Amino acid sequence: MKGYCMKPGPFRYIAAQSVEEALDVLASAEEDVAILAGGQSLVSLMNLRLARPDIVLDINRVPGLATVQADDSGARIGALARAAVVERDASVGRYVPALITAIGHIGHPQVRNRTTIGGNVAHADPSSELPGLLACMEGTVTLASASRGAREVGWDEFFISVFTTCKEPDELVTSVNFPMAPGWRYAYDEVATRHGDYPLAGVSMGLRVDGGVVQEARVSVVGVADRPVRLSSVEAAAAGQDASAALARDMAGIARTECPASDDAHVSAEHRRWLAGTLVSRLMASMVDAA
Amino acid sequence: MTGEPDIRITTTVNDVTVEAQVEGRTLLSDFLRHDVGLTGTHVACEHGVCGACTVLVDDQPVRSCLMLAAQVDGCRVDTVESLGTQDDLSPLQSAMWAEHGLQCGFCTPGILMTVEGGRRAGLDVRQVVEDALPGHLCRCTGYQNIRNAIESYFAQGVQA
Ligand SMILES: Cc1cc2nc3c(=O)[nH]c(=O)nc-3n(C[C@@H](O)[C@H](O)[C@H](O)COP(=O)(O)OP(=O)(O)OC[C@H]3O[C@@H](n4cnc5c(N)ncnc54)[C@H](O)[C@@H]3O)c2cc1C
Ligand code: FES
Ligand code: FES
Repeated sequence: MKGYCMKPGPFRYIAAQSVEEALDVLASAEEDVAILAGGQSLVSLMNLRLARPDIVLDINRVPGLATVQADDSGARIGALARAAVVERDASVGRYVPALITAIGHIGHPQVRNRTTIGGNVAHADPSSELPGLLACMEGTVTLASASRGAREVGWDEFFISVFTTCKEPDELVTSVNFPMAPGWRYAYDEVATRHGDYPLAGVSMGLRVDGGVVQEARVSVVGVADRPVRLSSVEAAAAGQDASAALARDMAGIARTECPASDDAHVSAEHRRWLAGTLVSRLMASMVDAA
Repeated sequence: MTGEPDIRITTTVNDVTVEAQVEGRTLLSDFLRHDVGLTGTHVACEHGVCGACTVLVDDQPVRSCLMLAAQVDGCRVDTVESLGTQDDLSPLQSAMWAEHGLQCGFCTPGILMTVEGGRRAGLDVRQVVEDALPGHLCRCTGYQNIRNAIESYFAQGVQA
């Protein structure tokens, strides 16, 4: 034993060498297993002893889980793909640029070098950027288990509440899927106390505009509730309207009413709702200009 | 087994091969400081926020407080001790000295490794100053002199 303090509590460390091995460990363990991906949330929690797993299952050496694929049908990102790698991927940049923008708001480059897309989504922090974009894009998460094989679930089923998803204890997230359909464009923007912090409010917007008229809109917000929320009144108000500065103002106004929010140590609920509205109008302005 | 140093790792730290037995829960930061004896890597927050513990793992700047020592088995780790010595500073260290880029120096090792990693990855000076430097907290300098030092280092156009 070393004569120095250990921050995490003791655990058994298992470095899985394949998806099958990881799933077997998850299926057979009777103790509490924590999957270790980027470790940028899990190891923090263990250092603070807010998490005290009996087993840490390291998936970093599992081959085949870090794939990055993007084309005009969207981006399919392997759970172990690092944020920093996806951020620099040329095909993601071309087909799903909003994903690059959203990733750029996760912490700092040093943190993104380790952060994985699967870990980020599995962690389900209610202020986290990617769950919001996933909600806006009607994205899905693929899960696998030893006994039941693979299943793909929509964002609405996946995200349940703060740090809580529909993932069963024996399941591994294997990929996160951001689908694109013809005519849709997406964008993300947020306000954080400092660059790199979790956002006070972060808005994702999707628009399908034809001949200057908004055919369909999708708007989601993170940082305001226990999971990403879609602003359906804002979406409904935009459909069929001219994509104009007046519409952006209207949408912002509705967002400020519809968006849930509560007070916390940083800002008031009122301020959060105001930020959500401002972000909606900023995104509208930039997306309509770019059209 | 838990609580026993039952994991054998082989890693290359600053070009020297290190073989060790560690516990699963040994953090890379503590391994470097206490097992390898390289105390240049500083720890403060130990939850990824401050950047003091930043080292290079396979050339990439990462928080050593958020990695387990067991995870660097087979990897290359570079710490601030891989740069210059007190009598022979590296070009980046010289630039920090010349521009007065540090006061107490607690944050400095992490910042040096981020800048070094950025340089190795071919980032330009703007990316290092605007995106990567904000990943470090400095309680003393107000950052301006650190920015000046990084700019002066990149302006030299030489590889360390
Ligand atoms: C300074 C700092 C700033 C940050 N800022 C932001 C921010 O602004 N926005 C943001 O979104 N995040 C932020 N983060 C957190 C982000 O970087 C985390 O890394 C991310 O939320 C978790 O991803 P990970 O790969 O590190 O997962 P880990 O920390 O390894 O795991 C997180 C959780 O997910 C589980 N898990 C991981 N992978 C899988 C999988 N494949 N299948 C099933 N379960 C899995 C783990 O068991 C654990 O419960 C920040 C972190 C730091 C240190
Ligand atoms: S000690 Fe690692 S980031 Fe602060
Ligand atoms: S020089 Fe003192 S913290 Fe940066």
